[in-house]
Amino acid sequence: MHIIVCIKQVPDSAQIRVHPVTNTIMRQGVPTIINPYDLFALEAALALRDRFGGTVTVLTMGPPSAEDSLRKALTFGIDRAVLLTDRFFAGADTLATTYALAAAIRKIGETFGAPDIVFTGKQTIDGDTAQVGPGIAKRLGLLQLTYVAKINTLDLEAGTIEAERRSEGGVQVLQTRLPCLVTMLEASNEIRRGGMADALRAARAEIVKWSAQDAGVADIAKCGLRGSPTIVKRVFAPPPRAEKATMVDIAGQPPADALIAHIFQRAPKLEAELAALARGY
Amino acid sequence: MSEPTKAPAPSGRAATKKELPEHFKSYRHVWVFVEQERGQVHPVSWELMGAGRKLADKLKVDLAAVVIGPQGEVSRQAAAEAFCYGADLAYVVADDLLADYRNEAYTKALTDIVNTFKPEILLLGATTLGRDLAGSVATTLLTGLTADCTELDVDPDGSLAATRPTFGGSLLCTIYTLNYRPQMATVRPRVMPMPERVARDPGRIVTHPLGLVEDDIVTKIRAFLPDRDSAKSNLAYADVVVAGGLGLGSPENFQLVRQLAAVLGADYGCSRPLVQKGWVTSDRQIGQTGKTIRPKLYIAAGISGAIQHRVGVDGADLIVAINTDKNAPIFDFAHVGIVTDAIRFLPALTEAFRARLSPHSRDRIAS
Repeated sequence: MHIIVCIKQVPDSAQIRVHPVTNTIMRQGVPTIINPYDLFALEAALALRDRFGGTVTVLTMGPPSAEDSLRKALTFGIDRAVLLTDRFFAGADTLATTYALAAAIRKIGETFGAPDIVFTGKQTIDGDTAQVGPGIAKRLGLLQLTYVAKINTLDLEAGTIEAERRSEGGVQVLQTRLPCLVTMLEASNEIRRGGMADALRAARAEIVKWSAQDAGVADIAKCGLRGSPTIVKRVFAPPPRAEKATMVDIAGQPPADALIAHIFQRAPKLEAELAALARGY
Repeated sequence: MSEPTKAPAPSGRAATKKELPEHFKSYRHVWVFVEQERGQVHPVSWELMGAGRKLADKLKVDLAAVVIGPQGEVSRQAAAEAFCYGADLAYVVADDLLADYRNEAYTKALTDIVNTFKPEILLLGATTLGRDLAGSVATTLLTGLTADCTELDVDPDGSLAATRPTFGGSLLCTIYTLNYRPQMATVRPRVMPMPERVARDPGRIVTHPLGLVEDDIVTKIRAFLPDRDSAKSNLAYADVVVAGGLGLGSPENFQLVRQLAAVLGADYGCSRPLVQKGWVTSDRQIGQTGKTIRPKLYIAAGISGAIQHRVGVDGADLIVAINTDKNAPIFDFAHVGIVTDAIRFLPALTEAFRARLSPHSRDRIAS
């Protein structure tokens, strides 16, 4: 069995810097981590390898420094890491990103064996779109299972998978055919600590580094900023509310009573409603 | 590199000179995807109808509802209801294969009607269903999709300006899809206000076939396990919400938030760092990546008020902030603020509310 996990290196902190002309994020100087949601995808892949054997390949697209996140992934015990890096990929929105990742996944399939499952996290913490997983699936013609909390069964003979998918108001138990793309829900598992052997291997392992050309990307014009249908035109902080907050003076009467007086002064009907709510509780 | 110059203010197609390709010029009208599961329309669909109405009026075009669902009453009812929330017409793909959400069938249904009837704007709710579907449809159509918008507007030239938090919710950005159609966007539940329902007779309904048989759909639904009622948090739709942040200092102190919530009959939540630290479960997170709330009263205790939190609470009628730092950003958007330590202040506030709201104290006042 061959599993591919797509991960993304993301800024670790709330520190942000924005390029004043291009309005794109400036990543220099901000500590980076593996997107936390991707750790659930990594563990899901490793757990399946524990049960069924095979190999796990991790793929990321990013600047050369994204190698760090691949080395980190190797410490968990994955078998192979592929870094897709090329200046043509810079500034990609989700559509351009899935174009490049889909090409790389095809190339990984040709080079190391076709994948049975492609995993991603449910979304990233920097982009928060949740669009890349479904986009990869569509481009590769894979069936997709998003927001998966649990993989119930995997039948490699029959080429089927059954999984529990979080939906509004409940859980859908879905069965579909392999190969497929799975986006893992948060808190669905806990990433393992790799062993010493994995740590040593991670430090020494050779990372497969592919440019757009190496990955067989057919049309550079569909990559990066050029290949992105969406255009970020303005980046800004929201203005403060026009009316300043009324600050409660904490000298004088007990501050709790003063605050409550302010609240009910501003929203006179609230007191009766709260009393009704409090009684009903 | 050229000399750094001040970027000119965007004007006309957000300052790009590119002309919309000829084959996209026939794309017109604003569409809202009406999401229904197990016979229930998700309220976010009507919230979007309110936002879509404003865009359509500004563009002087029609607002259409798109209903995808099973044959019969459920889909008919959803379409009829859409007119009461402002739709001018409805497109309906009704087929029993669409009774439950499956990506393959819904993607085909929505992609087909977009390609046939060509809307310029397509809005969906950013729910698990809407996000699953929007990502597939946008990739199939090779168009732009802007997720989790907090504001939608049209520029004078008719382009959709979709504003959303960015960089982990530290800033807002406005995104355009200038040269592709439709311009797609998702909006999370409760971000847009619920428009008033006005009883109206249904207008024009356009039906469209799905064109699939069950054997064409690979994915099968084995079961649906509904959430237990006790597991459901009504946070997004609560009238009163109390939330805590890092200012609480320790996971034990989060009970101070729950105690105040109990006295107020309120629901409770928290800011993102508390979920990241594992103090509170993620279903209680308020903000861009958590729940968006629109309560009558929101009390934020020890929350600094990062933008990603602000976008989740901006719709509250009255925001009360308790924070030790008088320069905390939360005081920029709170209505009432108090500079004090939430850990010491919350028990006093809980007691004061209890005294004021308990039936006994009211009886005393009355007698």
